[in-house]
Amino acid sequence: MNDGFVSVEHVWKAFLDNQVLKDVSLEVGLHDVVCLIGASGSGKSTLLRCINLLETIDAGSITFDGQNLTANKPNVNKLRQQIGIVFQSYNLFPHMTVLQNVTLAPRKSRGQSRNHAEARAYELLDRIGLLDKAEEFPDRLSGGQQQRVAIVRALAMDPKLMLLDEITSALDPQLVSEVLQLVRDLTEVGMTMIIATHEMNFAREVADKICFLDAGVILEEGPPSQIFGDPQEERTRAFLSSVLSAGRL
Amino acid sequence: MQRILDLFFSPHDLRDVLPDVWLGFQTNIHMMIVAEILVLIFALGIAVIRGLPGRAAIPLRALAIFYVDFFRGTPLIIVALVIGVGVPSADAGWISGRSAATYGIASLTIIYSAYVAEVYRAGIESIHPSQRMAARSLGLSYAQTMRYVVLPQAIRRVIPPLLNDFIGLQKDTAIVYIIGIGEAVLAAQNYSTAYTNFTGYTLAAIFFVLLTIPLARFTDNLIRQREARERAAA
Repeated sequence: MNDGFVSVEHVWKAFLDNQVLKDVSLEVGLHDVVCLIGASGSGKSTLLRCINLLETIDAGSITFDGQNLTANKPNVNKLRQQIGIVFQSYNLFPHMTVLQNVTLAPRKSRGQSRNHAEARAYELLDRIGLLDKAEEFPDRLSGGQQQRVAIVRALAMDPKLMLLDEITSALDPQLVSEVLQLVRDLTEVGMTMIIATHEMNFAREVADKICFLDAGVILEEGPPSQIFGDPQEERTRAFLSSVLSAGRL
Repeated sequence: MQRILDLFFSPHDLRDVLPDVWLGFQTNIHMMIVAEILVLIFALGIAVIRGLPGRAAIPLRALAIFYVDFFRGTPLIIVALVIGVGVPSADAGWISGRSAATYGIASLTIIYSAYVAEVYRAGIESIHPSQRMAARSLGLSYAQTMRYVVLPQAIRRVIPPLLNDFIGLQKDTAIVYIIGIGEAVLAAQNYSTAYTNFTGYTLAAIFFVLLTIPLARFTDNLIRQREARERAAA
């Protein structure tokens, strides 16, 4: 099948002699939510970073919305306007207010007027209940609030695809749910998303497809009911049972 | 003992030499302010060039590295002599006809830009790569990422060490007296030659100390505030 909204085909990526991705292929349809699960170091983050060209791949190809990203040199800045990514460590700009964080890229990269960008930022901040934090600096916000601002910062560019890279892994447990709720809201408006996560219950709930990565290989993929209910691979079973015994499933 | 007091701390000579030294010291202040502004701009340019990515920028990067290596290693007094005495003798038109103070400012700017470029570079490198990654992932270009995300944070971080270099620059405005700039030290020297009395030097030293103390305290304060803020954030 080759008509996916995002097609990752036979991608290889190494850092020095560390082979992180080995012949990885992945299809994501429009409005689909795909969750990547697997141990730390299995290649989830690297795969996400390759898709918006923060990393260059060694071999293979990636197409997004009909454009081949890896064949001829694409305009990376234009491309990244359409692909939002949110990181585990939020990475808000600490010298800017929440409002400035959210409006920087729409103004400077998309060339929106200040008024236009701020109106949209206020609308998004209002939707996540952080309108009153617009003039605060990030270090005055809780981790959950910072991460929600980081999601809104990416959404302000009106991306066609969102990549979420373990966005709840750095959060205190009681802050996780407010971030996951925001992601749930995104699935309801049909946002196409690829989500690397350790939150198995959440993955089971929102994903159309689960991919289990192990040592740089997508070992097993399928609908949540199959991966969680009837995993075929021994490694998948071992991973899930260790997650289960850690109380995360 | 009385002899020493008379030679270095004579109230009578102090009164006589004060107007000349004060007049000269205003030239020091003038050179210091202009040179510091030029250094802030010029050094930032060198630091940014040195950090440019990619193969195409190799010659530019090499030039910036050479500049820093060369002028950080060259004594100010040599640069001052080459520019302050050499350039006027070269009969090179407009550039040879500038005032001695201008050559002094040029010498200070050339040397101190090499130091301050390294201070800026340390600041730029101290910004975590995840900040650049976040900015680039939003579609900002390399230049926009530097302009809006990296440099504002880097410059804030290096203000204390930068001010420290400026204290050095303020004092070094005295060294360029060697090319005949009518500044405080030259005024003191003229007086000591004429009257065999060194009170003028003492006076000039006091002026320099009085000028650097406020900047030193200001720098201390900035550092203290930053530490307090970082403790509060941790």
